[in-house]
Amino acid sequence: MKVIYFDNNATTRVADEVYEAMRPYFTTLYGNPSSMHTFGGQVGIKIREARERVAGLLGCDPSEIIFTSCGTESDSAAIHGALAVTPQKRKVITTRVEHPAVLSVCRDLETHGYTVIELSVDKLGLLDLNELEHQLDNDTALVTIMYANNETGVIFPIGQIAEMVTSRGIAFHTDAVQVVGKIPLNLAKSPINLLSLSGHKLHAPKGVGVLYVKKGTRIAPFLLGGHQEGGRRAGTENVPGIIGLGAACELAAQHMDDENTRVKRLRDKLEREILKTCPDSRVNGDTRDRLPNTTNISFEYVEGEAILLLLDRHGICASSGSACTSGSLEPSHVLRAMGVPFTAAHGSIRFSLSRYNTEDEVDFAIQKMPEIINRLRELSPFVQTAER
Amino acid sequence: MWEYTDKVRDHFFNPRNVGEIEDADGIGEVGSLACGDALRLTFKLDKNGRIVDAKFKTFGCASAIATSSVLTEMIKGKTLEEAMKVTNKDIADYLGGLPEQKMHCSVMGREALEAAIENYRGGGSKKHEIQGNIVCTCFGVTDTEIERVIRENNLVTVEQVTNYCKAGGGCGGCKGEIQKIIERIQGEKAREQELPPPRKDKRLTNIQKIQLIQQTINEQIRPALRAHGGNIELIDVAGDKVVIAFRGMCAQCKVSEFTMKDVVEAKLREFVSEGLYVEEDTESLEPGHEHEE
Repeated sequence: MKVIYFDNNATTRVADEVYEAMRPYFTTLYGNPSSMHTFGGQVGIKIREARERVAGLLGCDPSEIIFTSCGTESDSAAIHGALAVTPQKRKVITTRVEHPAVLSVCRDLETHGYTVIELSVDKLGLLDLNELEHQLDNDTALVTIMYANNETGVIFPIGQIAEMVTSRGIAFHTDAVQVVGKIPLNLAKSPINLLSLSGHKLHAPKGVGVLYVKKGTRIAPFLLGGHQEGGRRAGTENVPGIIGLGAACELAAQHMDDENTRVKRLRDKLEREILKTCPDSRVNGDTRDRLPNTTNISFEYVEGEAILLLLDRHGICASSGSACTSGSLEPSHVLRAMGVPFTAAHGSIRFSLSRYNTEDEVDFAIQKMPEIINRLRELSPFVQTAER
Repeated sequence: MWEYTDKVRDHFFNPRNVGEIEDADGIGEVGSLACGDALRLTFKLDKNGRIVDAKFKTFGCASAIATSSVLTEMIKGKTLEEAMKVTNKDIADYLGGLPEQKMHCSVMGREALEAAIENYRGGGSKKHEIQGNIVCTCFGVTDTEIERVIRENNLVTVEQVTNYCKAGGGCGGCKGEIQKIIERIQGEKAREQELPPPRKDKRLTNIQKIQLIQQTINEQIRPALRAHGGNIELIDVAGDKVVIAFRGMCAQCKVSEFTMKDVVEAKLREFVSEGLYVEEDTESLEPGHEHEE
């Protein structure tokens, strides 16, 4: 059965070009970039090139790139690293809809005497910037707010937020793993201090990430050991991963237009047709400023896991914010923060596309969705209740 | 990805006996949309008092649907006395097992069956009768139900109880109470399973007291509020008066029926000192940021 992959916010396929670029670094070019001999040293040169490619996509200086092992490491390093240099300040501001890589770290800080403010969002998943402004004070060490939400695709006005925060001398970090490669960035022109990205969300392999640290931003080193990454993140480099990420960033820059035109059109078509053919369905999150590849749709009276399993039978991969898919008993914290009624949150499905998706795949999903939803609604005790 | 048995998959993809019997002898309803799963079971008896037909309608995940489907197959041909003996474990076994976190689906099946039989016998409410006192306010689970799943499935940890009947799976505020029920039933077997709560010392210096209050708030109270998007801050301690401020919101929380202040006070009395009382600091309230439903 053909796999139709609409779960690109979870992870992406490694691009063929990326794989090819990485291959020699497993087999023939296995030297340690820190070695004095030419055999190892030539790898060091390639890492420098990869760093330049990443910097090219982000619009920053290569010296501002620290390679890490994943987005979660970058987030942790940014938060702990920034707090370590301002020990007298004890307040951190974040949002209720962050990825667990940020939210869990912040909640843990509370047990270490920090005051953590979690900004709320409205029904559309948007922040109230007045609330943020009101919370900024002399005790605030760090503000960490995601660039775009992984579940809904809603993009926060990060430029404006970064300006508001940094103009008060407070460090600003953003988890941008869902954004890099999907919307253009120019960090040289932005006051953002720290930014996390993850390779496997943009067609590079799993196991490589980046923490961008703007020049002049103080941050404590987070892995001590050798001199790698300027001594801030020691440890022998994941050479194939870094080479792969460099290649992926170059490709992402080339495909940026495609992502925002063709992929966006496919997403819009998928969303539009599903809303048309499946009654009692609705989009979660603001649709005005949203990642071009993501849609999150709730289907009343049915449960997400059941939808996913029926989609799976057709080879269609998606994800859900329902309680049952996570093993927890409550639905997605993002949808709950938005005040999406439980009835709709349990039946939410996220489709996230990539440049590898085709119109045929979208048409196939459009054709299958109403069958699946109708079938589950025939089983549901609530459908009849609703009609009464 | 859940690992479901072939039997679960079969009953999910090809559910048997879907629907509703028009002139049913018994109707049982359990669960709700908010809880994430719900089941309506209807059955019809023949002249000899045996279940001749059973149908279901279920909102829920694959295992909820599969559980409902096998239940209708299992009870057909049984007398009500025989059907009453079906336990949640029987249902799970019939399916070749369910993932631990999905065991509550089998309990829902058993409850719906009981509700339907009660409905037939009493002719009254179709809803599952609530017996005992509510322990888990998030999912509306009573001590009677918790005791029953512990006994029938020989459970020894709070986590298991949550997997079997959802109790403790929301804000987590009732976990201590569930632990006590387990200990009462299982005795020593349960006692080793959970970490002890912070120690309550007899005589505290002022600083120790404040530290213990802060620790109790951090460990016992805040996580529960957190689960519902709220937060709490310790403002001041003066003698036995503890001044706190609530942050964020608990808009959708069913616990809001009784004030959070009482919950905090109960926890502080339990873990710190009996004499403590809580006052809410109204001056430091956050300016109005309305959370819309």
